[in-house]
Amino acid sequence: MDNLTFGLTMMIVAGGGTFLTLWVLGLVIDLLKRLYPLSEQKPGHD
Amino acid sequence: MIDSIVAGLSGLGAGVAYLYTAGLPNAIMLIVGAVLLYLGAKKDVEPLLLIPIGFGCVLVNIPLSELGGEGGMLKILYNMGVANELFPLLIFVAIGAMTDFGPLMENPRILLFGAAGQFGIFLTLMVALALGFPALEAVSIAIIGACDGPTAIYVTSQYAPHLLGPVSVAAYSYMALVPIIMPPIMRALTTEKERMIKMVTVKRSVSQTTKVLFPLVVIVIGGLIAPKGLPLLGTIMLGNFMRESGVVARLTKASENEIANVVTLFLGLAIGGTMEGHAFLKPTTLAIFGMGFLAISLDVAAGVLFGKLVCKLTGGKVNPLIGAAGISAYPMAARVVQHEGLKYNKKNHLLMHAAGANTGGQIGSVIAAAVMLSVLKGMGLI
Repeated sequence: MDNLTFGLTMMIVAGGGTFLTLWVLGLVIDLLKRLYPLSEQKPGHD
Repeated sequence: MIDSIVAGLSGLGAGVAYLYTAGLPNAIMLIVGAVLLYLGAKKDVEPLLLIPIGFGCVLVNIPLSELGGEGGMLKILYNMGVANELFPLLIFVAIGAMTDFGPLMENPRILLFGAAGQFGIFLTLMVALALGFPALEAVSIAIIGACDGPTAIYVTSQYAPHLLGPVSVAAYSYMALVPIIMPPIMRALTTEKERMIKMVTVKRSVSQTTKVLFPLVVIVIGGLIAPKGLPLLGTIMLGNFMRESGVVARLTKASENEIANVVTLFLGLAIGGTMEGHAFLKPTTLAIFGMGFLAISLDVAAGVLFGKLVCKLTGGKVNPLIGAAGISAYPMAARVVQHEGLKYNKKNHLLMHAAGANTGGQIGSVIAAAVMLSVLKGMGLI
């Protein structure tokens, strides 16, 4: 594999994969916040 | 008798003789080591790292000391925790134990700033490849753009161990220089009007349950997508889980203090021990320092440009400056953003938003490395 192909593959797959992974993580954190909202906690716990 | 005295004296003068005849690279590195010690001790530039690194550098460059050779103390430390990646992973436990991901969880979309802040890695990878570096060396150099010392050490010690010295010193030096590197790029890429944008105050909205579940979610999702990076993700999230669970205060404190301190000392000495003059002083080293600077500058630029895009998409509700904090240098990058924001609007406190982007950058850098390793594995290169 030549350097250009390798570099572009890394940029597209690894760069895109990083973006995608972090986007999915963001969605799951949003979901967790809905499932366990702050008001659910006992007073003083947070 | 005279012969044996002369032979004995030659043993005492061998170091000086070596330095005089073949030791120019060692002499230069002794000066480099002294500069690192000066920066750490007098200028407060990453002293926890630069002092052990500088000292290791001095020790290994004193001719004929054999500290860096097989059986030497510095080599033992290297084999003990750098060659097998143990030390950077233990540092990650400490980082996880020290980091509050709360500001990030308040606004999870800000994680995307942490992704944009890694773009410099991939652009620098292209530059390194264009300069003729082999694939794995190029990856190790580009990872300086993660702006995260342990990640750079982890990747480099595995795939380009001969570049470990320059890559680690470049990574830590540029992390320390973030307050100098960031502001000119931030100013060049934004208008004064954009820099003055005031953002809505962040309200507390994250429960403790969410904070405790967060590390588990990261390792499951991150581990499934990028299993090769699980050691990185697993250790940082172990530290954070201990912190947020609140039930192992002793372990959390030990990770933050004793473990972090001992490992930092060993890691620094071991890295310094790789800076032997004949091995370190090569044109490659200069190229690595140049590309490291490029990588971090491009990270900041990509973050700010992404911030501008988000600013446009949200109708001007996001200050693009916070994009610059999407790198891993925590909490320095967030503080720089806060400082710049206040310069243009005295009532504009961007710290919480920037801290969110900054912790996003921490996770982003680890995820970027993890994804890169898994892609390399998929391509059959590792």
